[in-house]
Order: sequence, then structure tokens, then C-alpha cells
Amino acid sequence: MRWRAFAALLLLPAAAWGQQDSIPEPLTGQPGDAARGRAIVANRAVGLCLLCHSAPIPEERFQGDLAPSLAGAGARSTPEQLRLRLVDAARLNSDTIMPPYYRLDGLTRVAKNFQGKTLLTAQQIEDVVAYLASLKD
Amino acid sequence: MSSAGDAALEWRAPSGRLRRIPLVRLGFALAGVFCASLALAQSGDLRRSGYQEMGPALQKMQDDDTANPAMLFVQVGAAAWAAKAGAAGKSCADCHGDAAVSMKGVAARYPAVAPAPAGPVDLEGRINLCRTVHQQAPALVAESDDLLALSAFVTLQSRGLPIAPPDDPALAALRAQGRDLYERRQGQLNLSCANCHDDNAGHRLAGAVIPQGHPTGYPIYRLEWQALGSIARRLRNCVVGMRAEPWQPGATEYLALEAYLMDRARGMALDGPGVRP
Ligand code: HEC
Ligand code: HEC
Ligand code: HEC
Repeated sequence: MRWRAFAALLLLPAAAWGQQDSIPEPLTGQPGDAARGRAIVANRAVGLCLLCHSAPIPEERFQGDLAPSLAGAGARSTPEQLRLRLVDAARLNSDTIMPPYYRLDGLTRVAKNFQGKTLLTAQQIEDVVAYLASLKD
Repeated sequence: MSSAGDAALEWRAPSGRLRRIPLVRLGFALAGVFCASLALAQSGDLRRSGYQEMGPALQKMQDDDTANPAMLFVQVGAAAWAAKAGAAGKSCADCHGDAAVSMKGVAARYPAVAPAPAGPVDLEGRINLCRTVHQQAPALVAESDDLLALSAFVTLQSRGLPIAPPDDPALAALRAQGRDLYERRQGQLNLSCANCHDDNAGHRLAGAVIPQGHPTGYPIYRLEWQALGSIARRLRNCVVGMRAEPWQPGATEYLALEAYLMDRARGMALDGPGVRP
């Protein structure tokens, strides 16, 4: 299931969703879990989000300031918009420094142990979307 | 050194990072001239060294020769400078005399071009040429304490002097290659060096302040490593943090980046051997 959605997404020509500002369909059949999403965002070795962002996760003392706070992300964007932002932020801003979390093409010199792997899995993307959508203020 | 390629490990949050280092008593204090690029600041130059980004405790540790752990290596390097080695049975001092005179300003102009067939080398590479060609001794292993100690000793002789890369067509080509590597996105995170060190310097990556990436203090004693390390080792850490494939030790890519970064830091004061978190 996951692999089908994954393969389908990677094979989609950019034009299919590249011009839009959202990805309407979830990447998996299983709904995202906000608690798991929070853990992914908090983990500097998994989500890496806190390298650049701050978020309402007070137990993590060291949070970055290269990017806007994630507080209120769910009020600013719809889950569909958040999904696109995570899958490939470059679709929204070609100069962005935010890594593409669910894209394999267009990357160069990826370390051997990460080759052929997306930063997050489809289910992890859905979990993070669920968490971000819950951040209303 | 982590090979896991984990960004969180290579750019570590400062929790527990300022480990207490026992005060190193050298028994002698080397006269140190410290110059904080005051002239540059006054001329509207916005460049800042990694030293300037550090907190007062670490700055103090670097400034105090009895507290800077790199100075222990300098002492070892001073002894190696005077020791005969290799089939030639010569010490560095036999040919170069007093390092305070002969090595003054040398570290500030490397990487430089060595006589053919060697071509462009960095300071460690230059020292190893003297080992193999002039002392007829085996090359010292890259990142070994023996090599770093000699390089720290030679570097100290340029403390406070402005970085002054030489003009040479071979170096120009190397710098161009370095600049290209520096500006190109790479790795799973799809970042370039410039994304952080040019566009986001001064910001916090998790807990770590992103420095402008000037190689003013190498070799450095990095608390994270609990060891002295070369600029190539530092660069490798950033490459691994980007989840890009690190180049082989000794690869031209490190030399190219180093040549570009030294040119970018032209005129800034060399303050090595430094201390970094
Ligand atoms: C290397 C830095 C970096 C990392 C890592 C990163 N981001 Fe971002 N992110 C940015 C930047 C910069 C922006 C601002 C918009 C732009 O430049 O694209 C942004 C924008 C966003 C936005 C839209 C802004 C808003 O809140 O309205 C969201 C949501 C977001 N990021 C979520 C995440 C999540 C979740 C993660 C981890 C899975 C993450 N980012 C990891 C740099 C980063
Ligand atoms: C995601 C941001 C990021 C990227 C990309 C990055 N670095 Fe760094 N770099 C850092 C941080 C943060 C430090 C300081 C680490 C610390 O203090 O623990 C650093 C340290 C350095 C230093 C040491 C500076 C000093 O004062 O000693 C150099 C040199 C350097 N980086 C060069 C590079 C090069 C070359 C690249 C590209 C191959 C690169 N970096 C990519 C964040 C980055
Ligand atoms: C037998 C004489 C001899 C010995 C021994 C020797 N060198 Fe050299 N060194 C030279 C010569 C000659 C040069 C000039 C470049 C060349 O011809 O290779 C040089 C160049 C250098 C340079 C570059 C100077 C510059 O201005 O760019 C450094 C640094 C150096 N040597 C360090 C050392 C160290 C450290 C040792 C001991 C490990 C050492 N040398 C041992 C003869 C020697």
C-alpha cells in the first residue's frame, strides 16, 4: 500500500501537482497520527525540523531560527497545503532551504546510506501533517 | 568521527558540549599576539571569524595558552621540529632553523603550490613533502597527532598575521572548483554550504550558531571531538551533516574547498591553533 502510493507519487509528472499549492490526496490509506507526528518533529535525527524551526515543544531546549515558528502552522495552511510543503517545499519556493522530505529526483551526491530513501516515509509525512494541522495557535 | 551521516550529530546542540577540560599547564607560556581583526571591522568588513561567534568562556580558553588544549600539541610539534628523522638524518630545524623566523607567515598563505611534481598542497601536505623528499622518512598519516602537532606548531608562527593566499594560476583553478562545490546543493538535505554560511550565518541551527565558515583557526581543538583536527576533518563533518557522500580522505575536493575558503578569508587574522565547540 505504502509503496504503491509512494511509487505513484514519484512517477507523477511535476505538472500534475507542481502548479498547485497543495496535494489533496493523503499519501497512505492510514490516517496520520498527530502524536507520532509530534515525536518526528521533535527528533533532531528524524524530522530535523528543529534544526531550522522552533515549535511548541518545550522539552526540546535547542531550536533553530532559520525558519518561521511552526506554532500556528495549522491555522495558516490546510492539511493539503502542509502535505505539499513537506513532500517538496521547492514547489512553493524554488530557492527554499527546506529539504524535500518525499522526493528522490534532482538530488546529487547523496550519502550511500541514504541513497534511494526519502527523508521521511509516506506514513511519517501523514503523521507530521496531522500534527501540524493541530497547531492552531 | 561519526559516519552515520546524521545532521543532528554533526551540528550538535550545545547541551553538555562545554565539557570541563582540566586546565592544561604547559609550564611555559608562548608569547601570543592576538589580533581580533579590529582593522577589518573598522573598514566596514562584515566578515566574522568563528572565534568571534563563540561565547566568552571559549574565547578565553583559546586566548589563554595555558588553557588552550591545542597548545599541548604545539609543544609536541616543537619537539618534533628539532628531532632528526628519516634516512637523511635531518630535523626540520637543521634546514629551516628557528621556526619563529623561517615559518612566520607560512601558514597564512597555504594552500600553495609546491615545486613540481607535487603542485597545490595544504600545510599538512607541505609538511609531508618535507618528510618524504627532504627527510626521506615515511609520510605522516593524515589526521594523526604527529602531523597535526607539526602543523599546529607551524601555524602558531603566523598567529595574528593576515591570511594572504598567493597568486598562482594553479590555485585560481583550485579555488574556482572549491567555489563551485561550495555553492552547489548536495546530499539528501539538498543544501549548499552557501545556504548556511553565506545566507544564514549568525542564525541558530538548533543550538549552534552558524559561523561564516572562515578557516582562521586551523588546526582546531574541537570540544566535540576531544581532539585536534584539520580543516578537512571539519569540512567532512559538514558534508556528513548534509547527508552527502564524504570524499575520500586526501581528496582534491577538500583541498579545493580549503583554497576557496582561505581566499574568501583573505586579510582576516589567522588565530590558530584555535578552540571550537
Ligand atoms: C534546513 C532548514 C529547514 C528544515 C530542516 C525544515 N524546514 Fe520548514 N521551512 C524552512 C524555511 C526557510 C521555511 C520558510 C519558507 C521557505 O523558505 O520555503 C520553511 C517553511 C515551513 C512551513 C511553512 C511555514 C508556516 O508555518 O506557515 C512549514 C509548515 C514547515 N516549514 C514545516 C517543516 C517541518 C514539519 C519540518 C520537519 C519535518 C521542516 N519544516 C524542516 C526551513 C526548514
Ligand atoms: C545546515 C547548515 C550547514 C551547512 C549546509 C554547512 N555547514 Fe559548515 N557549519 C555549520 C555549523 C552549525 C557549524 C558550526 C558547528 C558547531 O559550532 O558545532 C559549521 C562549521 C563550519 C566551519 C568551521 C568554521 C570555524 O570557525 O571553525 C567551516 C569551515 C564550514 N562549516 C564549512 C562548510 C562547508 C565547506 C560546507 C559545504 C560542504 C558546509 N560548511 C555546510 C553549518 C553548516
Ligand atoms: C633537508 C632540508 C629540509 C628538511 C629536513 C625539511 N625541510 Fe621543509 N623545506 C625545505 C625546502 C628546500 C623547502 C622549499 C620547497 C622545496 O624545495 O621543497 C621547504 C619548504 C617547507 C615549507 C613551506 C615553506 C613556504 O614558505 O611555503 C614548510 C612549511 C616546511 N618546509 C616545513 C618543514 C617541516 C615541518 C619539516 C620537518 C618535518 C621540514 N620542513 C624539513 C627543506 C627541508
